[in-house]
Parts: sequence; C-alpha cells; structure tokens
Amino acid sequence: MNFFGTLSIDSFVQTSAVAMGAQVFVIVAATGGVLWLIFSGTLDWLWREWLTSLDHKRIGVMYLILAGIMGVRGLADATLLRTQQATAALPSSGYLSAEHFAEIFSAHGVIMIFFVAMPLIFGLINLVIPLQIRSRDVAFPFLNSLSLWLTVAGALLVNASLVVGQFSAAGWLPYPPLSELAFSPGVGVDYYIWALQIAGVASLISAINFLTTIITMRTHGMRLMHMPMFTWTTLGSMLLVLFAFPLLTVVLALLFFDRALGMHFFTSTLGGNPMMFVNLIWAWGHPEVYILVLPLFGVFSEVVPTFSHKKLFGYTSMVVATMAITALSFLVWVHHFFTMGAGANVNAVFGIATMAIAIPTGVKIFNWLFTMFRGRIVFKTPMLWFMGFVSTFVIGGMTGVLLSIPGADYQLHNSVFLVAHFHNMIIGGVVFGFFAGFTYWFPKFAGFTLDERLGKWAFWLWVTGFLVAFMPLYALGLMGMTRRLYVVDPSWQPLLIVAAVGLAIILAAVAVQIAQLVVSVRNRERLHAGHNPWGSHAPEWAPLPPVDRTHNTGVAMCIGALAFLGGFGMVWHMWWLAILALAVSAVLFILPPFKHV
Amino acid sequence: MSTHQHNHSLFGLWLYILSDCVLFAGLFATFAVLRGQTFGNLSGSDLLHLSTLLVQTLVLLTSSMIIGLTTQAKSRGVILFGLAATFILGLVFIGFEIQEFAGLVAAGAGPGHSAFLSSFFVLVGTHGLHVAVGMLWMLILGVQVWLHGTTHAFSRRLTMLALFWHFLDIVWIAIFSIVYLLSTTL
Ligand code: HEM
Ligand SMILES: [Cu+2]
Repeated sequence: MNFFGTLSIDSFVQTSAVAMGAQVFVIVAATGGVLWLIFSGTLDWLWREWLTSLDHKRIGVMYLILAGIMGVRGLADATLLRTQQATAALPSSGYLSAEHFAEIFSAHGVIMIFFVAMPLIFGLINLVIPLQIRSRDVAFPFLNSLSLWLTVAGALLVNASLVVGQFSAAGWLPYPPLSELAFSPGVGVDYYIWALQIAGVASLISAINFLTTIITMRTHGMRLMHMPMFTWTTLGSMLLVLFAFPLLTVVLALLFFDRALGMHFFTSTLGGNPMMFVNLIWAWGHPEVYILVLPLFGVFSEVVPTFSHKKLFGYTSMVVATMAITALSFLVWVHHFFTMGAGANVNAVFGIATMAIAIPTGVKIFNWLFTMFRGRIVFKTPMLWFMGFVSTFVIGGMTGVLLSIPGADYQLHNSVFLVAHFHNMIIGGVVFGFFAGFTYWFPKFAGFTLDERLGKWAFWLWVTGFLVAFMPLYALGLMGMTRRLYVVDPSWQPLLIVAAVGLAIILAAVAVQIAQLVVSVRNRERLHAGHNPWGSHAPEWAPLPPVDRTHNTGVAMCIGALAFLGGFGMVWHMWWLAILALAVSAVLFILPPFKHV
Repeated sequence: MSTHQHNHSLFGLWLYILSDCVLFAGLFATFAVLRGQTFGNLSGSDLLHLSTLLVQTLVLLTSSMIIGLTTQAKSRGVILFGLAATFILGLVFIGFEIQEFAGLVAAGAGPGHSAFLSSFFVLVGTHGLHVAVGMLWMLILGVQVWLHGTTHAFSRRLTMLALFWHFLDIVWIAIFSIVYLLSTTL
C-alpha cells in the first residue's frame, strides 16, 4: 500500500511544450495570487466580506467571478483548437499532437458547460430570485455557500490536472469503452469524474435550495400565477436539475467503479454494456441543455416588456410553455444517438418527441415578438442582446429540428454541423441571454449602468464573431467534416481559417466587454442610476427593505477545500486522503447544529 | 428558528428524497439491463435465500414502526429508547447484508466477476449505505436529546429522520421484489 497512491514524481512531467507552458502558467498564477493576497493585506477583508459570506448577492457575484475565470481558460482552449484545425491541413499536422488535441477539446467542453455556463446561471439566479420573490434570502443560506465552494472545488480539480497528470481525452461525455481503464489508463478520466461528481452534487444542493425558496418563501400575496417569468423559468430549470443530476451522479459513480474497483458496468468484457452509459448520460445530458437555457428565456421575458414599454404578451401561455419544455426535456434523449442501433421505431418516436419541443419554444418566441409589436421599443444593450438572440437562436433551432429527423441525422451526426448547432444554441441562447440579464440587472446591484457605447460595440462584435466562427461549420459539416479532427482535409482549410477569424472577432468582443466594465466603474458618477433606471414594473426593482446582515461562516469554504483534497485522493487512489477528507467534512457539517439547538 | 424554518427543512428533505428516487431509479434500470449478464458466474436465483431475506425485511419494517412511534413520544427516556432500538435493528440489517456480501466474495462471486454481480452489489450496497447514514443521523440525534432534551428543533429533526427512514423501507421493498423475488423467474 503506497502512501501517495499512484502519484509519483513522473506524474508532474508534461510531455509537450504547450502542456508544459500551461503547467508553468497555472503554478505561477496560483502562487502569485496567493502571495498577492497575503502581502497586499486584502486577505482579511476578502475573508470577512466575501469568502465566508452567506449573503445571496455576494454568493451570486462569486459565481460570476468563477465563470469569468474559467471562461478565460475555456476561450484559451478554443483558441488552441481553432488554430490547430486552421493550420493542420494534411500533409501538415499542425502543432498539437492527436492526444493533446483530444485533451483540449474535452477540457473545453467540460469547462464551458460545467464551470462557465452553470455558474453563470447560478450567479444570476442567486442575485435575482430572492429580490423577485421579495424574500430576505434563500431558504438555506449555508447550503448556498456550500454549493458555491463545491463548484469551485470541481473547477480547481480540472485545473489541477494541468499540473499533475493530465485531463481526460475522451470528450466532454466520456463514452466507454474508450473511457474505461483498458483504453484510458491515465488519471484523466478520473479527474473528469471527480470534478463533475463534486460540482454535480453542488448543483443538486442548489436546486433543492432554490425550489424550496421559490415554493415556500414568496412574499405575501404572490400566488404561483403572479410569479415573474424569470422565477418561473428558474423553477423549471431547478426541477430539471433535481430530476436529472442524480442520473449524472449514478453514471459517474458506475464508471469510477469500473475503473477503480474492476467492476463491469460499461466494459466490453464480462457482460458490461457501454450503451447503458450512453443512455444514462444523455438522460441527464439533454435536460442539462434546458437547465442552461430556461433561465435565460426568463431573462428575455423580463427584458422585452421593459424595453418595449408593454406588458408581456401571453403570460399564461408563457408559463405553460415553460412547463411543457420542462416535461418534454426528459422524453427526447435518444436523439443524441439515433445512429447507435435503437431501431427505426424507437428513433421515430424520439424524433417526433424532439420536434414537439419546437412548439412551446416557438410559442415563447412569438410571445416576445408580440410583446414588441406596437410597443415603444428602446434599443438599449439588453434589448440588443435579445435581438441578437432571436435572430441566431432561430437558426440553431431549425438546424436542431433538422437533426431530429433520424434519416438526416445519420448523415450529420458527429459532423461539425452538430458542433455548429449546439454552439448556436449555447452562445446565441445562454451566452447572449446572460449578457442581456447582466446589463439589465447590473445597475440594481452596482448603482450605475454599464457604458452603452462600448456595450453596443461588444454586441456587434459578438454577433459578427459568432456568425463568422460558426456558420462555416454548418457548411463544413455538410461537406463531410467530422468533429474532433486534429488534422483536416486541405479542401476544408479555407472555411476553417474563416472560423478562426471568427474566434478572433469574439476575442475582440470579450476584450471590449472587459474594457466596458473598467470604463463604467471609472465613470460610475456619470453613469449613476436611480433605483429603477429602465422604468420596469417588475418586483425586483421596487426599493427593498433594509436587510439585516446575515452571519458569516467559513465552514462551507473549508468543506469545499476538503472536497478538493478528497477528489484529488480519489483520482490518485490515495484512499486514506479521500476517507479523511470525507470524515472531516462530515464532522464540520454535523457540528454547527449542536451549537444552537 | 421558527415554524417557518420547520417548513423549509421538511420541504427540502422531500425534494432530496425525490432526487434520491431518481438515483435509485438509475441503479434499478442498470440492474434490469445487466441482470442477465452473469457470464457463467452466479445468477439471480442463486442469491435467493428466503429465510434471511424475511428476517432482514421484518427487521427493517419493525425499525420503521419504532421510529414512527418515537416521533410521537414526549419524554427523553422513551425517545432515547426508541432511537436505540431503531439503531440496533438497523445494525442487524446491515450485519446480514455484510454477511451476504462477504459470502459472495468468498465464493468467487465478488462485484468484479460479472456485470450482473456489479449491478447487484452496487444497487443493494447503495441502499445499505443509506441505511448506515441514517444510523449515523440517529446517533447524532441521540446525543442531542441526551444533552439538551426535546427542543422544538429536535422534534423537527426527528420527524425528518423518520421520513428518511421510511423512504429507505420503500426502497428496500423495491429491492426485495425486483432483485430477489423476480430473479426466480430467470
Ligand atoms: C467562443 C467561441 C468558441 C469557440 C471558437 C469554440 C470552439 C470549439 C471547438 C473548435 C470545438 C471542437 C470541435 C471539434 O471537435 O471539431 C468545440 C466543442 C465544444 N464547445 Fe466550444 N467554442 C466556443 C464557445 C463555447 C461555449 C460558450 C460553450 C458552452 C457554454 C462551448 C461548449 C462546447 C462543447 C460542449 C463542445 C463539445 C466538446 C466535445 O464534444 O468534445 N463552446 N468548441
Ligand atoms: Cu438533446
């Protein structure tokens, strides 16, 4: 029995220059950050005011900061992927090895979904929901903080893999048998499993928290059918988390049992069934995409009436559509693997169910458009983001319906057409929706609005960059380019270069957004906003009663740190470390109720 | 901590139990898919020994009844007695399960020997783990009532524990029927 499990000095050796660069970067950034905190004297303030805070607003802000940091990492990965594919037209093979390329696209997908998109929505939900239902805080402030710190622990595990060992190279959903020990003998898949296991539990806890908050803590007189739309869509999204995330927990645990304890759930030997993994992971994975996008539908339902100076058109149908989407999300997962042998009849059923989701989504789109109809529309940036959203999201929706026809999907599955489709939905829907909500609610918390001129620049750059980066992928997919290729056919190179230019435009857009934040903070006197700068009638804009300061506790952060250590122990088979971390966390979790019975 | 808090925690626990149902549903589905994949090793009907199963089931059901009655009790002594009795019955249940698992491993039918055995061990073991957590919870509540007597917060926690324990009963009935009884038809 080895004290360090499978960890050894060799685990620190990275094989390629790019990987070594990343390793050095992470080490320098981490030590630099820690040293700066210690010597600048901000540590104490940070600890008191932020890290130990149980205030939903501060927790929300910390989620957004996490998303921002991980977003930089995700964009760096995207840059590596795009430049590789643009330069690796055979006979050239670019500058990344096949293995390293696979690691990067896996990390990119995992980071963007779990550590950018999820924290973005949890950040918004934390900031806005208690204000919208006018409750003092969430139902369980401590668990709220715990969710945050567990998510951070997961994110840290992903980044730790840059320093020690390597990350999974089996894609953002690691299908067996590739992800089994026989074919992925390194620790990459284990990092994946534990980063997501920890972050997944965090999401589940948040769902319980926000569902309880929305159901039991609404202000006096706010009946269900009085709830603002953002609250409704958050309710739908959190219901999906509640029913979908346990399946992720199961499937990750079973994969780990296969890898670490020699079991045979998904192996290709002794009766294991890889298709069971594919079914379970997509039974979680399809709801997940609606978990991400539903809250942003809610954002648009707040933004569009405000800037059209009209009441939301068709509130009741909006509620019904939201709940219909919530329910239908669980009935379509097979569309992710039409080609994997389910048979014509099963495929037909799931194809039709998938097309059915377009109906409630269409209802929503028309409701927003009818809200604008004959309204007095003002094109402030949040409204622009809505315009960007409708025009791009509809394209993605139509390509999605195209993919839901099993016959067509046989041709397009796992081509870059699919990659274009889901980026179309995630960037057009989730990312643009977040920007709309962020600019819209920013003055509520900061007391000043964001600079409009730079905001408009960022908007136009994002929309152009998005179109230039992803429309070529639709064409390339139709030309037969499959996804995840580290070298490409020369005939595809021109369009891949266009796509890389698109990414450059997106990077410029992000730079403008950072500048927008800085400039706005500088000019906050001039941008000063009253308590209701957009003249909205929604409840969150009404002045709030003063909040009694919630108490602080560092326990959640300590449990987060222990979860990181425990996850690290699991990855490297240091069982003692994992057990110790779990035991100490349990004690920390159990002790507080003893103090105030 | 008012009655308000009470509603929150209880509601939250119900939500957790719902999500746990999905977790078990995933494991049951996996078991259903893999239960024929015995690969020449033991199969479901080999695991069926009705006498111990009957004892296990009765023990768990009785413990559920006791904790249900305990939630109605007022005096510290009775509550402590009820918690202790439930704990011991839980221990007996787990004891039987460990014995069954150890026997299988000794007979060369551990979880790594076929897909069927993997799914069996993990499904039944996950339930066992839940029972163990419930017992830990009992221990904590026992210490609390010992130290502080029956406060308002305490009776809330006891109700929640009882709810959780009943839920584990229901899962066990499903395991009993699907894993053990249905295996005879294979
Ligand atoms: C900002 C510009 C972005 C660019 C240029 C970009 C680029 C890429 C590329 C090149 C791939 C691999 C395609 C292939 O294998 O052929 C990919 C995959 C993926 N991206 Fe992005 N991405 C961007 C933003 C995002 C965002 C915002 C998200 C999510 C919030 C996201 C989620 C994913 C996912 C889930 C995959 C699938 C990974 C896989 O299947 O291995 N991406 N992206
Ligand atoms: Cu889907």
